[in-house]
Amino acid sequence: MSDKKKPNRRDFIFTATAAVGAVGAGAAAWPLIDQMNPDASVKALASTEVDVSSLQPGQSITVLWRGKPVFIKRRTENEISEARNVKISDLKHPEKDEDRAQNPEWLVMLGVCTHLGCVPLADKGEYGGWFCPCHGSHYDTAGRIRKGPAPTNLEIPKYEFVNSNTIKIG
Amino acid sequence: MSDHNYTPSSKFGKWFNDRLPLLTLANHLTDYPTPKNLNYWWTFGGILTFCLITQIITGLVLAMHYIAHADLAFSSVEHIMRDVNYGWLIRYIHANGASMFFLAVYIHIFRSLFYGSYKAPREIIWILGIMIYLLMMAAAFMGYVLPWGQMSFWGATVITNLFSAIPLVGESITTWLWGGYSVDNPTLTRFFTLHYLIPFLILGLVVLHIWALHVPGNNNPVGIDIQKPSKDTVPFHPYIVIKDLFALLLFMIVFAFFVFYSPNILGHADNYIEANPLVTPAHIVPEWYLLPFYAILRSIPDKLLGVVAMLSAIFILAALPWLDTSKVRSAVFRPLYKQFYWILVIDVLILGYVGAMPAEGLYLLIARVATAYYFLHFLLILPILGKIEKTTPLPLSITSPVLGGSADLAMAKNTDVRKEKL
Repeated sequence: MSDKKKPNRRDFIFTATAAVGAVGAGAAAWPLIDQMNPDASVKALASTEVDVSSLQPGQSITVLWRGKPVFIKRRTENEISEARNVKISDLKHPEKDEDRAQNPEWLVMLGVCTHLGCVPLADKGEYGGWFCPCHGSHYDTAGRIRKGPAPTNLEIPKYEFVNSNTIKIG
Repeated sequence: MSDHNYTPSSKFGKWFNDRLPLLTLANHLTDYPTPKNLNYWWTFGGILTFCLITQIITGLVLAMHYIAHADLAFSSVEHIMRDVNYGWLIRYIHANGASMFFLAVYIHIFRSLFYGSYKAPREIIWILGIMIYLLMMAAAFMGYVLPWGQMSFWGATVITNLFSAIPLVGESITTWLWGGYSVDNPTLTRFFTLHYLIPFLILGLVVLHIWALHVPGNNNPVGIDIQKPSKDTVPFHPYIVIKDLFALLLFMIVFAFFVFYSPNILGHADNYIEANPLVTPAHIVPEWYLLPFYAILRSIPDKLLGVVAMLSAIFILAALPWLDTSKVRSAVFRPLYKQFYWILVIDVLILGYVGAMPAEGLYLLIARVATAYYFLHFLLILPILGKIEKTTPLPLSITSPVLGGSADLAMAKNTDVRKEKL
């Protein structure tokens, strides 16, 4: 036998068999992997309507949406102006307050710290907004990350005002 | 080794052994030549085997009463504690057993670090050990989630969110792990399944760990190879068996103290509050055995880098046999390494302490310094130390420090007494 063996028909059959086997194994593995993803019934829990008529300026409520807390905050004049007067260049994740609150008085966002998913505490922290007790992230009055390990601002879910008293999240 | 020529004495034994050589295996395990200078730090392998079996047996029993459902898990655990016959005892053994398991594994790991047991030719034993340690952490974490208390829920949230730090696919992976958009019932049921599976994977790895150990044989306190098996070793049974049993007895006293006198001291009061996805407890702290890594995670002010640092702190251990360049195994003959070893021990204890404290001010600063030193030890100090350190002379054999003629006189203490026995 020479050192350099030319691929023969048998080599071709081996390679082809292995390739078909690999595809088959992959196809068989996919249902086993995908069963762990959220199913249609979980995905269908899409929207929640919240009555916010009882909220006074400065107050906030927390509602559960898709298993996650959503903060709905009716901001005071001070809080709005504080959020709007920040230099965008000072922000770790630059976003204008105008882009985060459709109606300046109402801030609707996921109450899930973008670091590792704890629920931040309201009216705490160095920027008058939220503070995450787990690993010390500070958010301002627009829910923007200002200090600490969280990489991004608190997420804004899809929401709309159905009427002046009702917010539909999702 | 002699066990290859083993022949059972009985006729049936011979018939059976020719078909399945279990008796040969048993003979190998009893006669296994063990260095005769092993000290009590070498008894933790047996203690760990005991811990694993205890966890499997108590876990099986708990699974007969536990209900893996977000609405029922918390009350089923209370049912175990209040109603099930001896349920309180079995659950307290299982919960404190996890802590005892980690206590023993940390002693076992630091024993290896001191006596250089990870060095050639024992690298595979060491890496298998690190894999067992990783699986232990996974099992402990998932087990802690099952009672579905506040710490369970928020611990699960924080740890699964670590995966969201992965660029691009992080969010999808986290959703896949949860089976939803947050930690919820699908998460609980899969954690229960995996928590049940992992101990058996550990058991398999333990078999490989011991198999790999029985190829070169045990390391020993002086860290040199066996010269003459007839002089340097004793058979595993009865010498090591009885010593291991005695150490196990002492260990069980500590174990029993926690189970009977302070079963909740290592836990968190918050976990007796049922999980609530709307409220995060004021201080989320993992169990004590994960605190050093938690401190490393929090010391880095960047999400991705924090996760990378925490995982590196574990995986760096697997590279240890190649990071430590010294040819001398035992720290007994490495005057400089001995000092750095104790600094590392203190460093890890400090990391554990600050991991339990809030991540701010002075604690954060200490955590950062201690994290930096941890990596410095493995990446810089160990490789350089092996090149520059002047080691003290090694004894000629395992027996020679006992019989005299050793360079290290301290080790030749009690020579006369032991000579007579020999």
